[in-house]
Amino acid sequence: MNKESSQRTAFIIFRILGIIVVSILLWILGFIIYNGMGVISWEFLTAAPAEGMTAGGIFPAIVGTLCLVAGSMIFAFPVGVMSAIYTNEYAGNGWIVKFIRVMTNNLGSIPSIVFGLFGMSLFVNTLGFGDSILAGSLTLGLLALPIVIRTTEEALKAVPSSYRTGSRALGASKLQTISRVILPAAFPNITTGLILSIGRVSGETAPILFTVAAYFLPKLPTGIFDQVMALPYHLYVIATSGTDIEASRPVAYGTALVLIAIVLLMNLLAAFLRRHFSNKWRAER
Amino acid sequence: MIEAKNIDFYYGSFHALKNISMTMEAHTVTAFIGPSGCGKSTFLRLFNRMNDLIDGIRLTGECLVQGANIYGKSVQVDELRKTVGMVFQKPNPFPKSIFENVAYGLRVNNLGDKKFIAQQVEESLIAAALWDEVKDKLKKSAFELSGGQQQRLCIARALAVSPAVLLMDEPASALDPISTSKIEELIHQLKKDYTIVIVTHNMQQAARVSDKTGFFMLGELVEFSETKKMFLNPEKKQTQNYITGRFG
Ligand SMILES: Nc1ncnc2c1ncn2[C@@H]1O[C@H](COP(=O)(O)OP(=O)(O)OP(=O)(O)O)[C@@H](O)[C@H]1O
Ligand SMILES: [Mg+2]
Repeated sequence: MNKESSQRTAFIIFRILGIIVVSILLWILGFIIYNGMGVISWEFLTAAPAEGMTAGGIFPAIVGTLCLVAGSMIFAFPVGVMSAIYTNEYAGNGWIVKFIRVMTNNLGSIPSIVFGLFGMSLFVNTLGFGDSILAGSLTLGLLALPIVIRTTEEALKAVPSSYRTGSRALGASKLQTISRVILPAAFPNITTGLILSIGRVSGETAPILFTVAAYFLPKLPTGIFDQVMALPYHLYVIATSGTDIEASRPVAYGTALVLIAIVLLMNLLAAFLRRHFSNKWRAER
Repeated sequence: MIEAKNIDFYYGSFHALKNISMTMEAHTVTAFIGPSGCGKSTFLRLFNRMNDLIDGIRLTGECLVQGANIYGKSVQVDELRKTVGMVFQKPNPFPKSIFENVAYGLRVNNLGDKKFIAQQVEESLIAAALWDEVKDKLKKSAFELSGGQQQRLCIARALAVSPAVLLMDEPASALDPISTSKIEELIHQLKKDYTIVIVTHNMQQAARVSDKTGFFMLGELVEFSETKKMFLNPEKKQTQNYITGRFG
């Protein structure tokens, strides 16, 4: 084969593979929308489950998932961003930093059920938070931490070092340089990390299983020590152990659709924020 | 004004500057020339202590700016960097508006109120010969400027904190000929108010803009004299070879 035709063949193979991947994704999405669309109604989105979770709505689970996402981000985002700032801007390149990096990556590859067990042992029992939004959020936050740290580090690395020297040469301190130049420049990419971890966190079942999730709890939470229902766990429950699994099947698809919609919405919001902030000062690379 | 006495400088075990002494008068332009890697930038960065940001450096000797030892114990480095400004080889504006770029040094050093900052920004842009080109778009991103304009913006940014000394490390080497001559023109203007030290690879540029020239080689200051004398009648054979292009 000559150069030209091998190039063309490779291109065709890549294209076919790309099309296959996209079609699978679209198929899943279409499947969920097709099966779930039927039950989506105003009542479904705003009422509590009824009749053994075969009817009614999923409002408490929506609220629960939003609480857990918010709670875990309130914990994971500042901690993750700050530790990435530490390793990237302050700690130099010694063995401590390398060790922290390896550990962070390892933390990211631990199965989420292990986080669940750990969260139950530490937050629920040892610290005595009980099954609560607090315990669940912290557990999910731990799960999200490696993602936040890694994406923030990448974002900081992508900031040209000439900004740092330029700022220091004007008499700015290291902290001023970070807060006034480095972080704003890295912000669009840091947002990506936030969104990725929100997507991850909102879909996880295992970490909330032993730390917060309620099987059936129509009442909305009133504080951080309350239990809540959550979309992924609710989906799991009605798909496997409801009172009438067949009858609740449409509800399951509806729940899946809502979960996907929430994650997609967050991604859209992120994309918008990213665009907005990077357009503002079109960074040259 | 600026005085270096018996400077020896090391990157780890690498001896980058060897026993250098040199005096630079106020309101003059001093040019550093020499082959790549001979230590020009290293020597320049001593005077605003930018080398401090690099790990594993060691320095002996004395560095005086306006009579004070800038490596003394009581010296506040951030204060020093206000007195001794720097312009880098590649224009490095921040991802901020034109106005905020120039105001940056004032803001981080808590200098002046809103009115003072606005006035200082305007004066600095005028001094950097950029005002007429940007006065209608101060709120626009600095990245919308051309490379040459960006470099003059960086000069304005350095001037805004009212330094006494301006260090320039090959400030025109990334620019086209027209932008380069604008920068050179500017250096002539700025000499009235500032003491300028410039590193350049361009012999003609050194000859055009500087009063005195230092020729460096392998970490040593080979020759330091009036620019005219240096280019017409250098004392050392090495200098002669370098400026006539017979180096190597
Ligand atoms: N951060 C650093 N760490 C270790 N060695 C360095 C560092 N910076 C420069 N050096 C070394 O010190 C010597 C002088 O470097 P310097 O950058 O001062 O040269 P220069 O004369 O400015 O060269 P150029 O004309 O290419 O800019 C070089 O041999 C270089 O390899
Ligand atoms: Mg250099």
